[in-house]
Amino acid sequence: MNASKTLHPALFDKPEKKATRDAFGEALLELGKQNPNVVALTADLGESVRTAAFEKAFPERFFEVGICEQFMMAAAAGLALEGKIPFATTFANFGSGRVYDHVRQSVCYNRANVKIAVTHAGLTLGEDGATHQMLEDLGMMRTLPHMTVVNPCDFIETRKATFAVATWKGPCYLRMGRSGVPMITTEQTPFEIGKSNVLLEGSDASIAACGVMVYPALVAAKELEEKHKISVEVVNHHTLKPFDAKQLVKSAKKCGALVTAEEHQRTSGLRAACAEVLSESLPTPIQYVAVEDSFGESGKPDQLLEKYGLTTASIVKKALAAVKMKK
Amino acid sequence: MDKKKIHELKLKANTLRQDVITTLLAAGAGHTGGPLGMADVFSALYFHFVKHDPKKPHWDGRDRVVLSNGHICAILYCALAESGYLPKEELKTFRKINSRLQGHPNRSDLPGVETSAGSLGQGICVAVGMALAGKLDKKPHTVYALMGDGELNEGACWEAFLNAHKFKLDNLLVMVDRNDIQIDGFGHDVLPLDPLPDKFKAFGFDVFEGNGNDMEQVVKTTEKALKTKNGKPRVILWRTTMGKGVDFMENLPKWHGIPPTQEQADEALKQLRAQRTKLEAEKP
Repeated sequence: MNASKTLHPALFDKPEKKATRDAFGEALLELGKQNPNVVALTADLGESVRTAAFEKAFPERFFEVGICEQFMMAAAAGLALEGKIPFATTFANFGSGRVYDHVRQSVCYNRANVKIAVTHAGLTLGEDGATHQMLEDLGMMRTLPHMTVVNPCDFIETRKATFAVATWKGPCYLRMGRSGVPMITTEQTPFEIGKSNVLLEGSDASIAACGVMVYPALVAAKELEEKHKISVEVVNHHTLKPFDAKQLVKSAKKCGALVTAEEHQRTSGLRAACAEVLSESLPTPIQYVAVEDSFGESGKPDQLLEKYGLTTASIVKKALAAVKMKK
Repeated sequence: MDKKKIHELKLKANTLRQDVITTLLAAGAGHTGGPLGMADVFSALYFHFVKHDPKKPHWDGRDRVVLSNGHICAILYCALAESGYLPKEELKTFRKINSRLQGHPNRSDLPGVETSAGSLGQGICVAVGMALAGKLDKKPHTVYALMGDGELNEGACWEAFLNAHKFKLDNLLVMVDRNDIQIDGFGHDVLPLDPLPDKFKAFGFDVFEGNGNDMEQVVKTTEKALKTKNGKPRVILWRTTMGKGVDFMENLPKWHGIPPTQEQADEALKQLRAQRTKLEAEKP
């Protein structure tokens, strides 16, 4: 294990927690200052998705459309086709499932340069419960032609991702959470859409993680090395599409076993992306940590992650199983 | 508008109708009734009202014509071809493999198509987004949003109308093809929309109505709507006859989504040519 300056110094020592959506709000405001073509839309969730500062600074470039998410996505496409860079903001469930056909036809088929920026994804939304805990969006979105899908792991990475999607040509889906998550990366950590980051190097098993599962993956790697003498690589696959197949294969080749970890259903998300690549390029034992084909429920984020098995302990268990499969 | 111009637009509408028949015959599949019903409105738009340049389809100063009910795209393709956006010969490729003329229009394929449309209730939202951009940049062009009345069944249309009103989009002119026919039958049976003018008024629109198959009315009503700029979105409800111009197609729901056979096409063209001969005799 060789933590460097690209990992937060307090990584394993009660790191500070900050919400990814806060980073988005700050970055959006800066983007507004940098580029007059950046506009933002929201569907009655401006406070929650952190567009308030942008709205205050650029009221004429901010469109509060009311609870009209379908309209918002296609109208964002219209704005994009006229040369604007629209950020369409809402919660993950309203920005994917609710509006899927509008995103498919008006955004993707039109190749409209729309940036769908969603917060409150996954179980860690917490108390609002299953109706709002979107766990299928990565799959839905990465299936769409022309779509780019990014799920950053922490505050600093979200900031970089927001700037990156703004300059990226074409439709993007930027997935963020509600609650505070540990600071993992630093300003020096590279971020490039479509290029995964090796956060820890190892040789016995590789963990492919995204979003809020990157932190438990790192803690699991530490535990595996300390308690089980297993050397684990941790790769942050922040971009689900275009997927960094090269890095995945490289890690799989080196380690010979893979664990995927995501705050998503066990099908169609990161696990699927990894399996798709490896089944063709390098058949490798894969174990997964994900939601087992079920809806969530109300509770505190940590309680939910525990109950649905999205934990460090699950990753450790699955890594041991993956290593066993090698033999 | 002088009588000569109106006469020209009537002839153009007849040309478009004939092209719709030959295009649908060659395709062997597709929607015939809607395109025929909207031929007069498309003639008035493309050959008179709309500012556009077929040689520079992406010219920034153009008016945007957004077809929201994509399934009537045969009339859009015929109008674009007659304007010079594509060779008329290409109309024969409609709905065929490797064609730019998709069964429902695709923006990326064909210059002149402002948005991909097919799944209903979306083009109007795209048009509102374009009108928002036009307002933001203080551009003088008009965004025309063409819709079917059956399309108004889709809830998203009404989301778009609420927002068109909120953002005072008087650069938007919605046109509804009020033919009262959709796939499963007459609109008033499938899902009643009346009182439709009152609905639009209640949504904050300036509402205009006219016979969409009477060129004098099409021109007069469109001129009136374009002159009206009250800080409100505008809508024209065009009463049209689906299948207009071909007697055995008129006002029959079955002609929503089928093409003519060779025999039917011959008969349709015969009728349309006779109408043209009559029109040509009426020198303005």
